[in-house]
Amino acid sequence: MASVALTHLDPASRAAARGWSDLTIRNMFIIPTLAFLIVFNIFPLIYSLGYSFTNFAANRSEPWQFVGLQNYRELLSDDHIWSNFVITAKYVIVSVAGQMIVGFGLALLLNRSFPMKGLITTLLLLPMMMSAAVVGLFWQLLYSPSWGPINYVFGLGDFAWLSNPDSALYAVAITDIWMWSPFVMLLSLAGLSAVPQHLYEAAAIDRAGWWYTFTRITLPLVSPILLIALIFRTMEAFKTFDIAYTMTTQPTAELIAIRLYKQAFQQWDTGKSCALAYIVLIMVLAITNLYVKYLNKVKER
Amino acid sequence: MAHIELKNITKKFGSHTALTGLNLEIADGEFFVLLGETGAGKTTTLRLIAGLEKPNEGQVFIDGVDVADWGAAERDVALVLQQYSLYPRYTVRQNLEFPLKPKIRRLPEAEIKDRVARAARTLRIEHLLDRKTDRLSGGEMQRVSIGRAIVRKPRVFLMDEPLSALDAKLREALRTELKNLQMQLGATFLFVTHDQIEAMSMGDKVGVLNHGRIVQTGTPHEIYNNPRDTYVASFVGSPPMNLIDGRLVNDRAVMAPVNFELPLGAKTFGGGRTSGATDGRPLVFGIRPEDVYLESGAPVEARVHDVENHGVEKILTLRVGDTMLRATVPARTDVAIEQPVRFAWNPDKVVMFDKGSGVSLRHAG
Repeated sequence: MASVALTHLDPASRAAARGWSDLTIRNMFIIPTLAFLIVFNIFPLIYSLGYSFTNFAANRSEPWQFVGLQNYRELLSDDHIWSNFVITAKYVIVSVAGQMIVGFGLALLLNRSFPMKGLITTLLLLPMMMSAAVVGLFWQLLYSPSWGPINYVFGLGDFAWLSNPDSALYAVAITDIWMWSPFVMLLSLAGLSAVPQHLYEAAAIDRAGWWYTFTRITLPLVSPILLIALIFRTMEAFKTFDIAYTMTTQPTAELIAIRLYKQAFQQWDTGKSCALAYIVLIMVLAITNLYVKYLNKVKER
Repeated sequence: MAHIELKNITKKFGSHTALTGLNLEIADGEFFVLLGETGAGKTTTLRLIAGLEKPNEGQVFIDGVDVADWGAAERDVALVLQQYSLYPRYTVRQNLEFPLKPKIRRLPEAEIKDRVARAARTLRIEHLLDRKTDRLSGGEMQRVSIGRAIVRKPRVFLMDEPLSALDAKLREALRTELKNLQMQLGATFLFVTHDQIEAMSMGDKVGVLNHGRIVQTGTPHEIYNNPRDTYVASFVGSPPMNLIDGRLVNDRAVMAPVNFELPLGAKTFGGGRTSGATDGRPLVFGIRPEDVYLESGAPVEARVHDVENHGVEKILTLRVGDTMLRATVPARTDVAIEQPVRFAWNPDKVVMFDKGSGVSLRHAG
């Protein structure tokens, strides 16, 4: 199969003079990448799968034992872990929904010509380009109960966004929405500008109102790309660590990734945390799979 | 059904002027064809009437009402575009229902069903109703887009070169269908095309557009037989009208540089003598190829430069000195290239144009 796509090597070339064949050259390109992937991705993945069945602890030198499914059994029956999952689910739903609404809304506003459109679009994209840790620290300052601008602007007095157990998670979600809405906006803009103008004109002639045109023409045509944005953002939100970790220490905002980090690098429960990492991986895969299946269905229509 | 009038319309796109002082009147129930080359401003005219563009100057009237502030929806026109503009992902039925379902104007379900069925029957697309639009051929798509226009019963149908993307056979068939449809509905049609055959065969009236100006409006017969200027003369008709420079000497056409001369008939001067046709004035003589004939005793000798065989007839290119002219002759005429022939014209059919302005003397009148 691959040989069909190969172009034949020019016999006069220097490569041919060195005695290299097409195949040699192809391998020279592919093997470094493959080696890198195996060493840094696939090997750790399999190795950690092995660890997840042991009581290995990375900070101790005592020999480890094979414990079978015990790690998984303990984790899945641990109420603490389940509450972490519930927190994560809340966080994913709030922040992804927020990003989709804000991002798509911005894209709708930007999808017309007005002065300084390029500059405004670039400015709106900036949050996405910042380091998550920096964003976390900045928003911690913005949320500051005594002198933070947010409380000042909204007149909330000394409301403690990040140390109030009820609001901490949502405060982090708002930051995430601020940071990642531009990503949804960018993808939506690409989708919106691909809708041919003449369809809107035809709809105007057909006396369709704004909402009717939006639901019947715009939405169906951009929905595949919106779904792709949804997949990316769900996966990312599910494994959020940096923003939440830098912003708050509230247990009500302890996402599964933070739980995982604590287990691995504070309690040094390496085997168990490997097992937890696998549970998270399987969940993300399952959710993504559902989306992809739905995406294919949408595309078929 | 509606009467449409454009008054003194000027439309500019940046520094480019698309239409200049355009005046146009379309009577209620008329099939009006706007004919012009690519870039003449035909589509712009349609879009102005539809309300998709606003004129820089001038007014658009529909049924005598100035519609300057009306959007496309309020003007209640249907526009069939060259690129069909079917709504993707929907079936033919959903496309046809689209204009009937917006909430504000939503019709009762039975009425929608009835109208869609009737439109489908008229356009013979009943068997396609449940098919997705991306599985249709070009002709079928164009029918659906016409169908979407007729289900609504709009006041005016605007059609922007709806047939030009189709192959020749289908174009011919749909041409007849459209004309029948218009008569059946009794609706006002404004049809835009660059194809003079479409204009001639379909229009009750034809408007010839050149560089954003209406050059001539009239019935196809008027446009063909009495073109207002040399542009219309050379644009309408296939092959186009022969245009030969010359002068008038004692009621005879003397071609300049003096190659040959031909007599002119009384009708050329429109009954009496046209005032502008004075002896010696530089003119352009126009004669349709079918009014040029070969005859052994005819006054002028020419050589056959080229022969095009069209089956029912032959189109000859004749050469007299440096002048070329075309003649349509019966297919049985036996001629060879470079053969000397003698020809004459029908003196009653000659149209005289002023050499400088290109305007017909009859119109300058």
